[in-house]
Amino acid sequence: MECKVNLRELTKGFFRENPLFVIVLGVCPSLATSGSLQTALAMGIAVIFVCVGSNVFISLIRKAVPGGVRIACYIVVISTFVTITDLFLKAYFPDISRTIGIFIPLIVVNCIMLGRAEAFASKNTVMDSLLDGIGMGCGYTLALLLMGVIRELSGSGTLFGIKVLPGYNPMTVMVSPPGAFLLLGILLGFFKWMQLRKAAAK
Amino acid sequence: MNLERIFLIVIGNLFVSNFILARFLGLCPFVGCSKRTSDAFGMGVAVTFVMAMASLLTHTIDTYILRPQAPLLVWLAGADSPLAKDGLEAVLRTLVYILTIAAFVQLVEMFLKKNVPGLYRALGIYLPLITTNCAVLGVALLNTPDDPAEMLTLAEAVIQGTFAGLGFTMAMLLMSGIRERIEMLDLPPPMRGMPIAFVCTGLMALAFLGFQGMV
Repeated sequence: MECKVNLRELTKGFFRENPLFVIVLGVCPSLATSGSLQTALAMGIAVIFVCVGSNVFISLIRKAVPGGVRIACYIVVISTFVTITDLFLKAYFPDISRTIGIFIPLIVVNCIMLGRAEAFASKNTVMDSLLDGIGMGCGYTLALLLMGVIRELSGSGTLFGIKVLPGYNPMTVMVSPPGAFLLLGILLGFFKWMQLRKAAAK
Repeated sequence: MNLERIFLIVIGNLFVSNFILARFLGLCPFVGCSKRTSDAFGMGVAVTFVMAMASLLTHTIDTYILRPQAPLLVWLAGADSPLAKDGLEAVLRTLVYILTIAAFVQLVEMFLKKNVPGLYRALGIYLPLITTNCAVLGVALLNTPDDPAEMLTLAEAVIQGTFAGLGFTMAMLLMSGIRERIEMLDLPPPMRGMPIAFVCTGLMALAFLGFQGMV
């Protein structure tokens, strides 16, 4: 029984409560980093790390933090994990760090982090918060990868920089900002359509 | 003051690399607050003010406290110490900036509530949302890049903050005008609201790509 409940915490972020397509959080970095699969994957992993780390830590200290200053405490915890990620990327993957640029430090103000800290980690056990963090982080990463695949394939005809469509004339607009907005609008509409269809079937 | 650089910053932030349409910063308030023109204008004004002031504050803090060889670190530990050589920037920048912005927004809110209740009623509801607006932290980070050669001067930073905010306001106003008309259209239900807003933003961004050759 308990195992079943926990599994739901883990998988809810993948589809039912997908942070990007269903709750529409963290829009800015998703558009900025999904121009190629490589940056999308790097951003996704960074978000998973920060989300899991801050969720677990906030859940650990949830009883020690007074209500009045809790948001400030969450911000300090989250920005610590963000700084770790930022320095790690700068040291080991300087090229990726340069491409993603300010969007790594901007994870601090990503609504997903603060939202999960306030809505979940501050009220639940460490184990559940860990699963919630992994689930939400992975759901966001899957969303980034979906956008990354579509944009890189149609915009430059490659996947992870390897040419997969010989003789294809790429639509450059897909890797530039307008393509990102158009694709997100269409994907949001698609997810809304799935939800409405499910509701109508009931 | 280099006039040519200032001009490039102004045009760049308004049109060529508009914060919303080209840099993807500040999208939450952009789609959340652009349903009515009055809301869009209020949010735009509040964001512009906070961005200009945040640029001023974070640039000052960076120059005097966080940079390698910053006056405070030299005074505390001496010019040859490892602390002054490395600076605190890499480790503390994100944390210090976000706390500065949060504290500043809180102060403005308290000041307006007590002294200018009329303005508070008009703009007050937008202020708490600005702390987590990535455009504000974004402009602070863009003003103070790691490489000292690319660092903007204080005046340039404030101008960048102001005009990035004005560019944001312009995009908000354009969008709200479009959305007020979209409301009356008979759209398929799944596309109503957010999805069509993003598609319209895409078309606007496409138009703004035309400015790319300007700078």
